[in-house]
Amino acid sequence: MSRNFTSALFGLIGAAALSMVAVAAGPDLGPVQMQSLNWAAIGIFALFVLGTLGITYRAAMQTKTAADFYAAGGGITGFQNGLAIAGDYMSAASFLGISALVFASGFDGLIYSIGFLVGWPVVLFLIAERLRNLGSFTFADVASFRLDQTQIRILSATGTLVVVAFYLIAQMVGAGKLIELLFGLNYLYAVVIVGVLMIVYVAFGGMKATTWVQIIKACLLLAGATFMSLIVLYRFGFSPEAMFAEAVKTHPKGDAIMAPGGLVSDPISAISLGMALMFGTAGLPHILMRFFTVSDAQAARKSVFYATGFIAYFYILTFIIGFGAITYLMNDPSYYKLGADGAHNKLNDLLGGTNMAAVHLAAATGGSLFYGFISAVAFATILAVVAGLTLSGASAVSHDLYASVIARGRVAEQKEVNISKMAAIGIGIIAIVLGYIFENQNVAFMVGLAFAVAASCNFPVLLMSILWKGTTTRGAVNGGLLGLVSAVVMVVLSKAVWVTTFGFKDALFPYDNPALFSMSLAFLGIWVFSKLDTSPRARAEQAAFEAQYVRSETGIGAATAHVH
Amino acid sequence: MPTNDYRRALDDPAFQNLVRERSGFAWSLLAAMLIIYYGFIMLVAFAKPLLAAKVGGGVTSVGIVLGLAVIVSACVLTGLYVQRANSRFDELTRTLIRDLTR
Repeated sequence: MSRNFTSALFGLIGAAALSMVAVAAGPDLGPVQMQSLNWAAIGIFALFVLGTLGITYRAAMQTKTAADFYAAGGGITGFQNGLAIAGDYMSAASFLGISALVFASGFDGLIYSIGFLVGWPVVLFLIAERLRNLGSFTFADVASFRLDQTQIRILSATGTLVVVAFYLIAQMVGAGKLIELLFGLNYLYAVVIVGVLMIVYVAFGGMKATTWVQIIKACLLLAGATFMSLIVLYRFGFSPEAMFAEAVKTHPKGDAIMAPGGLVSDPISAISLGMALMFGTAGLPHILMRFFTVSDAQAARKSVFYATGFIAYFYILTFIIGFGAITYLMNDPSYYKLGADGAHNKLNDLLGGTNMAAVHLAAATGGSLFYGFISAVAFATILAVVAGLTLSGASAVSHDLYASVIARGRVAEQKEVNISKMAAIGIGIIAIVLGYIFENQNVAFMVGLAFAVAASCNFPVLLMSILWKGTTTRGAVNGGLLGLVSAVVMVVLSKAVWVTTFGFKDALFPYDNPALFSMSLAFLGIWVFSKLDTSPRARAEQAAFEAQYVRSETGIGAATAHVH
Repeated sequence: MPTNDYRRALDDPAFQNLVRERSGFAWSLLAAMLIIYYGFIMLVAFAKPLLAAKVGGGVTSVGIVLGLAVIVSACVLTGLYVQRANSRFDELTRTLIRDLTR
C-alpha cells in the first residue's frame, strides 16, 4: 500500500485549495474508463453553467474600472467573502480526497483536515487586516509598498505565476479525469469545457463573477455534504459512537481506523508537511487577492472568521462522509469491481477508485438524482477554483508586470484591464494545452510544489515586508528567490519526482515536503541580505517603514471601498 | 492623511497602546494555535498508543476527540480575536483616527 499511499498523500499536501483528486490518486484510480453519459449530472451542471453565465453577464455590465475588475469594486461583504474563500478551499480534492482518505484509513484523514484548517488563524492574526490596509489589487502591492517596485513586483509576479501554473496543470488534468469518470465525457472535451468557461468568467465578469461563482458553488457543496451527513447520522440515531462501531466492524483494518496509521511517521516530515499546509495557505495568491474585494480591514477580518467556520464545518462533514461511506459501501458489492470469485477487496476495488467514495455514498443515500447533483457540484467546484487561479495569474501579468514594471505606472486604467483580460485568455489557452500534454503524466507532486512555493517565497516576502522594519529590496529579492528555488529543487530531488517520475532508484532529498527547510532558508535569506545591505536605497526603504506601519495598523490612508 | 502626519500617529500614546495591545493579543493567540497544532502532530508522531486509547470503554478513540478539539479550537481562537477586535480594537482605532484628523 505504501506507494499508492505516498502518492495520494503527496497530492493531498496541496489538495486544500484545488481539485486534483483524480490526479492525487493517479495510481488509485487505475485506468479511467469512460462511463456512459450521466444525464442527471449533465442537466444539473448545465443549470449551474447557465446561472453562472447569467451572473457573469450582469457582472460584465457592472465591471468598468480596474477596481471592479480586480476587486469586485470592493463591494463584497465579509460574510460573502468568507463563503467565497471557503469555496476556494473546499475543492473537489478536499471533498473527494479527504473523504477517500477517511474511507481508506479513518483517523489519518483527520490529520489532513486539521492541517488545512489551522492556516486560517495564521492568516487572520498576521496578514488579513494589514493586507487590506496596505494593498489594492494584488499582494505585490503590499510587498512592494516601500520597496523597489520593479524588483519586488517581478519577484511576486513570478511567485504568483509559478504557484498558479503548477496548480492549474494539476487542476486541468484532475478535472479532465474526474469529469471523464463522472460524466462520461471525453478527457479533451472536459479540459476544453473547463478552460473555455473559466476564460469567460474571468475575462468578462472579472472578480465579481469569479466571486459569485465561488459563493454559489460553496453553498451547493455545503448543502450536498450536509444532506449526506444527516442521512448517515440519521441511520445511526445521531450517535457517532454507533457509526464508529459499525465502521470498525465493517472495515478490513478494524479498530486501527480509530488511531493514527502510517501516514505521518517521522517527525521531520510531519512538521514540514504541517508548515507547508499552515503557511502555504497564507501565501496563495488567489486567496490573498480575496482580501481586496471587501471594503476595509474589519470586513477582511470577518471574512476569515466566516471562512474558518465554514471550512471547519465542511471538514467535519467530510469526516462523517468518509465513515458513512465505510458503513454504506464496503458490504455492498454493487459499488465494487468484483473479482473472478465474485468477491471484492474493500479498499482497492471500489468502482472508479477510493476517491469516488463520497460520490458513491451520494448514490447510496440519495439515489441517482442526488448522485447527479454531487457529480455536477464536483465539476462546478473545479471550475470555480480554476477561475480564481486564472484571475490571480492574469492580475499578476497586467497589474504587476505590465502596469508597474513595463509601463512604469504610466498606463491608462482601461488598457490595464484589457491586458488583464487578454492575459486571462492566454492563461486559459495555455492551461488547456498543458492539461492536454500532461494527461498521462504523474502531476501529483505539482500541488505539493505549489503549496511549498507559496509558503517559501510569497509568504516570507509578504510577512517580512509588513512586519520587519529592516527588510530591504535586496533582502526580500534574494531571500524570496532562495525560498522559491530551494523549494522547487528539493521537490524535484524528493521521492515524488526523482523516483516516481524520473525513475531514479533513491531520492536525493529524504523528506516528502521541503517547507521546513525552504521556508527557513527564505526567512534567513531575507534577514541576512537585508542586514548586509547598507546602500542608500536600503536606508531609505527602512526609513519608509514607519509610514507603512501606521497605515498597516490603523488603515489611515488605505484605499477605501471602491464603491461608486 | 498628509504624508508627514504618520509621525504624529507614531508619537501618539493611543497609537502605541493600540498596537501593543492588539499585537500582543494576536501573537498570544497565534502561539496558542501553534502549540495546539504541533502538539497534536507530535502526539501523532510519538504517542500513537495514547491516541488509540478508547474513550469511556466505547469505540471512539482519544485521537478522534482530540482531533475534533483542534478543529474547534481553531474556530474558537479566530472567534476570540474577532470579538476583541470588533469591540475593543475598532473602538481604539476610531478614537485614534478622530484625534489625529481633528
